[in-house]
Amino acid sequence: MIRGALDNEDPDRLYTVTGGRSRADESVFDMVTLIVSECEPVPGMQSEHARILRMCRGPLSVVEISSYLDLPVSVVKILLCDLLDTGRITARHPHAARTGGRLPEPETLKKVLVALQNL
Amino acid sequence: MHSRTSDSAVDAPLRESASDGLKIVIVGGFGVGKTTMVQSVSEIRPLSTEETMTQAGIGIDDASFVQHKTTTTVAFDFGRISLDEQMVLYLFGAPGQERFWFLWDRLFSGTLGAVVLVDTNRLADSWYALDRLEHHGTPFIVARNNFTEPQHTLEEVREALDLPPEVPVIDCDARTRDSSKNVLVTLARYLYSLSATSAVGSTV
Ligand SMILES: Nc1nc2c(ncn2[C@@H]2O[C@H](COP(=O)(O)OP(=O)(O)O)[C@@H](O)[C@H]2O)c(=O)[nH]1
Ligand SMILES: [Mg+2]
Repeated sequence: MIRGALDNEDPDRLYTVTGGRSRADESVFDMVTLIVSECEPVPGMQSEHARILRMCRGPLSVVEISSYLDLPVSVVKILLCDLLDTGRITARHPHAARTGGRLPEPETLKKVLVALQNL
Repeated sequence: MHSRTSDSAVDAPLRESASDGLKIVIVGGFGVGKTTMVQSVSEIRPLSTEETMTQAGIGIDDASFVQHKTTTTVAFDFGRISLDEQMVLYLFGAPGQERFWFLWDRLFSGTLGAVVLVDTNRLADSWYALDRLEHHGTPFIVARNNFTEPQHTLEEVREALDLPPEVPVIDCDARTRDSSKNVLVTLARYLYSLSATSAVGSTV
């Protein structure tokens, strides 16, 4: 189920998609950073960029974009760097994360607990 | 794999106000029920993707110390639960195998906590995952997915896995939504208690 296109991914394709760059400041994006388009695709735009802009008319996580594009998470992050640099997307970074080994505030986790109980 | 006619055909869009992605990981051996559990509670059809990492290394048995590169690829699936106007919980099902942990920091740093899904007939499958979670300091609970009538008590499972007394150990049926939801609630309650305890401790 999971294995498929990516396993046989042609390295040349990944090279082309990212313009040969490796890891810009992709670390700004978490897998669950939510991406929102700030504009519509324009003619001549790299097709992956255009696809991301269409996908993210409403907020969508980096990992969902990766799945829909069939590209590894790190490649998607590089594509997102381009779009962020040029102001074509905005990024909503996670707040409620465990950072430096510390859990979020109890109030936040209480909200998570109650929401799950009410599912 | 995901044949789509239109990119805007995103399964179920998030609400406009969604702004805070949270992560929980379900780890466990092959076939233990991770994907089943994600599917049971997710608001979207489970999706899958991959991450690859290329590491430069020097061959140790290579007398000429030639640089070579190894590419590690890890596949995982995930689902999503919108918790409120802002918070969206992403639930990842990931194999506990060795190569997966190379990517932990890149993919799963910031993860609130983990569910270690175990099959009691194959408890040894989870030792490595437990060890790595402890190493990374990620809080976890253990959920036993019962394929058949369990042969052991949960206390016996706790002992066999050498778990500290505070770590919750529960039974579940990954195929049902209520049971899978209960697993997440148990983890969330545990995380809340850990956070509340340390918050009290730090204000003293
Ligand atoms: N009888 C039974 N079958 C289960 C249970 N949970 C999962 N399965 C089945 O076990 C198989 C493997 O489950 P899957 O979720 O794909 O495992 P994964 O490799 O951990 O993702 C699937 O065919 C499931 O339908 C369970 O609680 N009871
Ligand atoms: Mg699976």
